[in-house]
Amino acid sequence: MGIEPGRLQFSWISSAESTKFVDVVNQVTDAIKALGPNRYLVKNQAKVA
Amino acid sequence: MLQYQDKIQAIAARLLKECKVDLVIGFRRGTVPMMNEPYVARTAEQTTNLIWDSHCGINLTNYLTDRKEKIGIVAKGCDSRNIVTHILENKIERDQLYIIGVPCQGMVDKRKIAQAVNGAVDQVIENGNEITIKGPAGDKTVTKADVLQNNCSLCKHRNPTIHDEMVAEPVAEQTDIDAYESVRAIEAMDIDAKRAYFEKLLEPCIRCYACRNACPLCYCPTCFVDEHRPQWVGKSTDPVDNMTFHFLRAYHCAGRCTDCGACERACPVGIKVRIFTKKLEKDCLELFGWEAGLSLDTRPPLDVYRPEDPDDFIK
Repeated sequence: MGIEPGRLQFSWISSAESTKFVDVVNQVTDAIKALGPNRYLVKNQAKVA
Repeated sequence: MLQYQDKIQAIAARLLKECKVDLVIGFRRGTVPMMNEPYVARTAEQTTNLIWDSHCGINLTNYLTDRKEKIGIVAKGCDSRNIVTHILENKIERDQLYIIGVPCQGMVDKRKIAQAVNGAVDQVIENGNEITIKGPAGDKTVTKADVLQNNCSLCKHRNPTIHDEMVAEPVAEQTDIDAYESVRAIEAMDIDAKRAYFEKLLEPCIRCYACRNACPLCYCPTCFVDEHRPQWVGKSTDPVDNMTFHFLRAYHCAGRCTDCGACERACPVGIKVRIFTKKLEKDCLELFGWEAGLSLDTRPPLDVYRPEDPDDFIK
């Protein structure tokens, strides 16, 4: 529906897989940083003087 | 169509006389042409108000949610599939219902009729596959197939999937139709084109929620758009709020939508809202081999786990 590939990610991590959790969080963070800030489906806040 | 109507009235009158049901839900003629309205007959005398023609597009399953009485209901193919969904979702019991099945030949699109005579319509007369439209601008006869609702031209389940009694012999189902052409066209777009497409599509939306109210699937006591603690989505017609509403509503219908077309029919500004549910219908068919409302014996795909469920999206 117009969301870039990679901005939405799914992972299955057991509570016993702490290292996998860390790896996935780092990977996702890097991937999203590379994509830059999301502009789609973000509402412009009304400007308050 | 007239044979259907006589049969519907006769069955309804019999059911009410024999006290098999407390009420029969069907259609009566509306106050303006092409706008038949839902009607509840409670006595055998009232059943003479029940009608049937090609303007009975409203999905009557909408009126079954959480009812406690014994109910007779007139059901087309799509209505019957929504009744199945309602039963699976415990919104009504099968034993409460006496389903009067109507083999459907498609409902006509009032917008296409109005277009054919350039606006006002005084009267619409059906004669088999021909429809004569009378309006101030003159009379015009069109073929029914040309003015069908889009979901009816793409329908593969015209005959009710469950019924207690049929008003006529089943009609031939349509084959060789490509139901998902419109969805594929959007799937082929790149991201920017998709965004632009959705923004343009939903730009006229006035957030009246007629699509939601007409939908038999939308029975939540409080819809997410009406909640304000937390407020999930803004109430304005901001493009982002419009898109959030339509995307989310569509996802709530995943694996449940029968493409009855009630939403699109109800939309006062003529937005093709079915494009969203159509995509989810296509996904359900391709990923899970699922079509909603065909049987009471299988649980919907979002309700069961199967080891072969696709999971390529999970990393």
